[in-house]
Amino acid sequence: MLFIQLKDLFKSYGAIKALDGLNLNVPKGTLYGLLGPNGAGKSTALRIICTLLEPDTGEVKVAGRDALIYQKETRRGLGYVAQEVAIDKILTGRELLQLQADLYHLSKTYKNQRIEELIQRLEMKSWIDRRCGSFSGGMKRRLDLAAGLLHKPELLILDEPTVGLDIESRSVIWGLLKELRDEETTILLSSHYLEEVDELADEMAIIDNGKVIAEGKPDDLKRDLGGDRVTLRVREFSDEYEAESVRNILIEVPGVTNVVVNKKQGYSLNLVVRSQNVISELSHYLSKANFEVFALAHSRPSLDDVYLQATGKTLMDAELELAGTRDFKLEKKKSMR
Amino acid sequence: MTIFNSSLKEKEIYRNDFNEIFQETSALTWRLFIQLIRRPSTLFAGILQPLIWLFLFAALFSNAPVDFLPGGTSYGEFLGAGLIVFTAFSGALNAGLPVMFDREFGFLNRLLVAPLNSRSSIVISSVIYITSISLLQSFAIMATSAFLGYGWPSFLGFILIVMTLLLLVFSITALSLGLAFVLPGHIELIAIIFVANLPVLFASTALAPISFMPSWLGWIASVNPLTFAIEPIRLAYSDSFDLGTVLINAPYGDVNGYVCLAILFILAIGLFYLVVPLLNRKLA
Repeated sequence: MLFIQLKDLFKSYGAIKALDGLNLNVPKGTLYGLLGPNGAGKSTALRIICTLLEPDTGEVKVAGRDALIYQKETRRGLGYVAQEVAIDKILTGRELLQLQADLYHLSKTYKNQRIEELIQRLEMKSWIDRRCGSFSGGMKRRLDLAAGLLHKPELLILDEPTVGLDIESRSVIWGLLKELRDEETTILLSSHYLEEVDELADEMAIIDNGKVIAEGKPDDLKRDLGGDRVTLRVREFSDEYEAESVRNILIEVPGVTNVVVNKKQGYSLNLVVRSQNVISELSHYLSKANFEVFALAHSRPSLDDVYLQATGKTLMDAELELAGTRDFKLEKKKSMR
Repeated sequence: MTIFNSSLKEKEIYRNDFNEIFQETSALTWRLFIQLIRRPSTLFAGILQPLIWLFLFAALFSNAPVDFLPGGTSYGEFLGAGLIVFTAFSGALNAGLPVMFDREFGFLNRLLVAPLNSRSSIVISSVIYITSISLLQSFAIMATSAFLGYGWPSFLGFILIVMTLLLLVFSITALSLGLAFVLPGHIELIAIIFVANLPVLFASTALAPISFMPSWLGWIASVNPLTFAIEPIRLAYSDSFDLGTVLINAPYGDVNGYVCLAILFILAIGLFYLVVPLLNRKLA
């Protein structure tokens, strides 16, 4: 059963297209990862599912209901942990949880019981009665997660849950998310950390420029790439012409299934090879055309390779590119209620 | 706990509308009071500023001729009512600031993503908080004023003061909350508060009666909402308590106490009607 269905979602902030026909299907009881660079449209999509934003056009269904119409019902069943932790620094952690519980109309007994449960589960006992203003980023994030889980939501939405966190906090959060996944809570998590999505997600989608460009199980996506990854250079910085010439040579090598020219990284070449034996053949073919291997790296396929395959650039390069073109402050201002 | 697709649960929830609204409103109000208790400087500053005015202005005019003001009242007595209203006005004008900060720091999103029974709870909690604080500050001014020998109202006079202040605070709070959702940030809101605060005070009968003013300022003062709040409070302090008494000799005609309260009432209702659609749109 599908728990979240997004169909043809469009959302613009002025001239900037945040979502450009996004389609997404999240099955019930899965931990679903949204991978993409900052500014790809992940947060906008999550905010729309949480009823914080309305799309310009498109359909949003949560638990079979139209979330754009049944907003209150949608809110009742979801927990949302935003990218920027919004915590009242004057309140103590416990007071914030109590406030949150009252906003979800929990009874006094259940509220206190649940707060204690989450304090234990997220290892917050030693600092929960301190004021939030004194908390580190990791503490705030754990508190925010606890707030999102107080009412035992069937759907948990996390926007970049571990960005900038210390290892201990990340490990606590990952641990809890795995437990929740085992309890069949549907979790939708956005991240630009490859290893996070790889480690946690049952299924995932890669978002680029406001639309899904690849989706499936992480292992399947990697397997679909067809083999090991090789990054190769014939000199430190090639030009486009040289890179294309080399590409034309390499694509003819038996066992090479794909060659992508990575413009962002000095026109290096990213290859997919069927087996390790093919690697030794590469230099042989290149030397016949008077090229030498300047550098060569070999690895098992990663999600970054999936991203590279789909977009022709690595996730990091995509982030750098977007960072230069988008005004995140303006977007935040425009999305402010 | 299954919530989605659970019509029984929904029926139970809808049966408890009042309880839910009470729970969420009291939690949000309590949050504001916790902030105040732990950061009381704004409360004290709100009391201290008019007190300084009371001391300094009363001292400034202490040697003025006895018949300087109509009815032979001392300047301290005259000024008390103006400062009570000014205190309530300033407090209410700041009502939008906590909401604005919640918008800017994303805390409002935490509230908006919660299944509040009514998002009016966010506004109601602000109104309850600001009204309580403004009344508290005004009472502090009244107490100090009494201590300085400027008098204390009768019981009916006290009720009149509370009513008048409530009407003014509701109006200005509605205006400030409206601004907090319209303006892009707290800098703009603070700028408006700074610009509005003192001119509105000076262009009222808080510091001087209309007869002291040039006609253009007299016109402004006699349509200034503060004047409609100040004069009934001045009446509440006088021995002859009759709302039918003419309180303002405005250029457009005489205005009695009933008319002053009616104008404040209309203003409060009008501003709420003006602001509610805006808040509904922003909080929808």
